Amino acid sequence: MTGRGAAGALRRPRATDKWQRAAGYGTVMDFLAARNLDETLAAKAQRPDAQLLAGGTDLMVEVNIAHRRPSRVISLRRVEELREMTSNRIGAGVTWARLEGSDHGALAQAARTIGSPQIRAVATIGGNVATASPAGDGLPWIAAANARIVVRSKERGERVIPWNEFFTGVKHTSLEPDEVVTGVAIPDDVPTAQEFAKVGTRNAMVISIVSCVVMRGDDGFRVALGSVAPTPIRVTRAEEMLNAEARITEEALKEFSRIVSEEVRPITDHRSTEGYRRHAAGVLARRLAERCLA
Amino acid sequence: MTVPIVITVNGERRSVDVAGSESLLHTLRNDLGLPGTKDACEQGECGSCTVIFDGAAVCSCLVMAADADGATVTTVEGIGEGAQLHPLQEVMLAEGAVQCGFCTPGFIVTGVHLLETNSHPTEPEIREALSGNICRCTGYGAILRAFTALTSEGA
Repeated sequence: MTGRGAAGALRRPRATDKWQRAAGYGTVMDFLAARNLDETLAAKAQRPDAQLLAGGTDLMVEVNIAHRRPSRVISLRRVEELREMTSNRIGAGVTWARLEGSDHGALAQAARTIGSPQIRAVATIGGNVATASPAGDGLPWIAAANARIVVRSKERGERVIPWNEFFTGVKHTSLEPDEVVTGVAIPDDVPTAQEFAKVGTRNAMVISIVSCVVMRGDDGFRVALGSVAPTPIRVTRAEEMLNAEARITEEALKEFSRIVSEEVRPITDHRSTEGYRRHAAGVLARRLAERCLA
Repeated sequence: MTVPIVITVNGERRSVDVAGSESLLHTLRNDLGLPGTKDACEQGECGSCTVIFDGAAVCSCLVMAADADGATVTTVEGIGEGAQLHPLQEVMLAEGAVQCGFCTPGFIVTGVHLLETNSHPTEPEIREALSGNICRCTGYGAILRAFTALTSEGA
């Protein structure tokens, strides 16, 4: 009744500090189910080329569809330290399902739009950050909050990197090969008035055409967007324009919307066009700014 | 050398050697003789491969089998008591919520998980819970009727 498994005796290897090798499926893969952060960092120091596996919702799509065959994989699923969450830090292993209940309103809103319930049950904020897709729906919130990315290596310990230095291009970050994203550090001054919205072809399982977070605090408006540039971006010129207004009039909001559309740097691809993305970015930013005023 | 894993599937401890980076979906279907979990998009879009994995409804195509060691998994074969169908399966039959049937195991597993975590879901909660499952026959009306019939019965 078992397949290729040894009949009868049940072997129970569980997580160990030993790499295991899985042959077949066209290749050979060395696999480590790390039990804690130290073990993860030691393995990454020893094998910087190893692929980290968290929720698997990006990596396994590449395995299944693009026939990618990672030769070394370190699983983070059992690393308890990465699942810790405080008011100032979200562990990289915190799932989007948990973040649906976040006290940060726009982060919770973003969480509820990511993938589907099945995806959110396993996909993590650390995966969103480390994969660094331009369409990562958690990233505009990180940009608006001025959050920093916490990374760690065995050799050099912890580095805390401002978000705009961490994200360097389409799926490119300043993470070193032996480093692991351990969390997102949240400043104390994140405004409570914050809103998220995105545009896509349907509600569930949609990759954003444009996503946007607007926050409004003592320092004025903050506006961040996703899917309209190689990395998440802040539209500083639009923020400054709105913050210079004594009263937010209809005219001011129109001008704000126009500047947002002008400032973004979208492309045309199979999901949408540059023109539509510019238009939608302006509409979304204005709508969210109005919600923050309400 | 291979990676031997032990998982508890539908209440039974099973040992299996997994091949490279293959998904739990392949292991269930090809090595453990459980083809009820359906293989369609393999990118987490359609929900037809949904299983209950350590208490959460997940897409088994996105679980690396090597990483499933020690997990407790329920597939559609583990729903109901032997030949006795689960009430959700009964009501789906009664409401004609099954057309080609390919998406049905995914809807059943997702639905049973919903009912385990929330015994009286509202219609918006049902819609949200099922938002990761696609029925390409577009039989959503009948599926929703089945769920609401079941959840309003005991209400």
